Amino acid sequence: MPVTRIPPVPPSEITPRQVWLDRRKLIAGMAGAAALPLLPGAAAAKPVIEPLEAQKNPGFVPSDPATEKRLATTYNNFYEFGTGKGDPVRNAGELKVRPWTVEIVGEVAKPRTVGIEDLLKFALEERIYRFRCVEAWSMVIPWVGFEFNKLAALVEPTGRAKFVRFTTALRPEEMSGIRANLPVLDWPYVEGLRIDEAMHPLTLVTLGMYGETLPNQNGAPVRLVVPWKYGYKSAKSIVRIEFLEKQPVSSWTKAAMHEYGFYSNVNPNVDHPRWSQKRERLLPALFASRETEMFNGYADQVASLYAGMDLRANH
Amino acid sequence: MRDRLAGLPAGIDRVLARRGALFAAKLILLAAGLWTAGRLVFAVLVDPIALGANPAETILRETGDATIRFLLIGLAVTPLRRLTGVNALIKFRRMLGLLAYFYGVLHLASYVGFDRFFIWAEIVKDIAKRPFITVGFAAFLLMTPLAVTSTRGWIRRLGAEAWNRLHRVVYAVAVLGMVHYWWLARRDLLTPAVYTALVAILLALRLLPRRSRSPLRVDRPAAS
Repeated sequence: MPVTRIPPVPPSEITPRQVWLDRRKLIAGMAGAAALPLLPGAAAAKPVIEPLEAQKNPGFVPSDPATEKRLATTYNNFYEFGTGKGDPVRNAGELKVRPWTVEIVGEVAKPRTVGIEDLLKFALEERIYRFRCVEAWSMVIPWVGFEFNKLAALVEPTGRAKFVRFTTALRPEEMSGIRANLPVLDWPYVEGLRIDEAMHPLTLVTLGMYGETLPNQNGAPVRLVVPWKYGYKSAKSIVRIEFLEKQPVSSWTKAAMHEYGFYSNVNPNVDHPRWSQKRERLLPALFASRETEMFNGYADQVASLYAGMDLRANH
Repeated sequence: MRDRLAGLPAGIDRVLARRGALFAAKLILLAAGLWTAGRLVFAVLVDPIALGANPAETILRETGDATIRFLLIGLAVTPLRRLTGVNALIKFRRMLGLLAYFYGVLHLASYVGFDRFFIWAEIVKDIAKRPFITVGFAAFLLMTPLAVTSTRGWIRRLGAEAWNRLHRVVYAVAVLGMVHYWWLARRDLLTPAVYTALVAILLALRLLPRRSRSPLRVDRPAAS
């Protein structure tokens, strides 16, 4: 037992290496070119893309090859940056992803705030998952992250924790889609899972894709990936995780209750009221020739979570 | 300024009365009208990803958009003619209508092929079950007789008055098109709102009483 305890420096307050390197460069540059006007460039947000070391997990390699990175990073639904599929890649650069903290609170024994640096210290693995959007298109994406249950172990959920709610950052000054002030969704974006879904080994706290940190448009610096559910369940750019006793209402359910239920499991037999979910277009294919799989192909692992449940009523 | 422009409508009419000039103008319109289709077909054959990660969606959206745009431009001909006095505008209306129909065909075909993978049972179910598809399909069906009877021969056979009455169905097509657009949009409603406002204006203009000095007073068969 140490007698004196040095108060730890919160991880988010530690200056990232790249920032102090940049500062040195800036100072050096200033010394040499004092006459130049000071550019505000140092303050401008830049997406942080760094290689991420991760163990490849051979247990997760779908039969289809991974979608090209340039497609997965240019065709996104991230309404905080605009409703067009090309809007996020254009506008998400504004989001400052360092420093970043995630508040983990609610029905837990040890609530805490973790910095992105803490998350990066977990043993990361690469898993190639199918990704199925409710809009009937799909991709195959190599994610880098770790199981959510490992993060939960850090805060020790209590017996009352029955659900988990994930909240996305809400920063109008960095999110053009929110500044546009259109009646799109009720911000901040929230999503929820039942505790057993959240703790399922498939549920991934995701920090990267294609061997690098997440691009902003894909939910940097930390997002969830729940591969057996429609894409919107996998909340992006998370700032808050709450363990709750009562079932939370997610943003899409709030926006259109009959179209987007709490569970949102990929299911070829339950259509979206406005379109069929029977088949899907594995991008960039022209034809929607692929048949949608029950639980997006993860039925063996997750079907038992829903034993005896009416999946049509609980869509 | 007004004086200098006063002779313009008649001037345009005079130029377009010449067969060569009219032919050239129509050719330009046709090329402009087919530009979107050409670009899409070229991309599909050469490099679909040029249309984005979801090329089929791009094709569906752009052909649907083009259908509505040409419908709107077609509907603008009569009001514009009244407003400007350029009577020759009427000579382009058939081509505008046919371009709208052409894009409607492409739109339906991309849905049938790309979206529903030619599975007819599913398509029939879709049309019956999903209101936005029902409405879109109805709009397409209503456009078909208009496209068929767009020729001079059909105008003669039907008589100008009956032909005009039949072709008023285009108003219903425009309204159905708008409903179709609203129902398929998810959360981004700005574009449907703009198009709907334009349709409303174009239809409302038709309710205005015609002034007796209107150049349309002499009602000739529309597609002369």
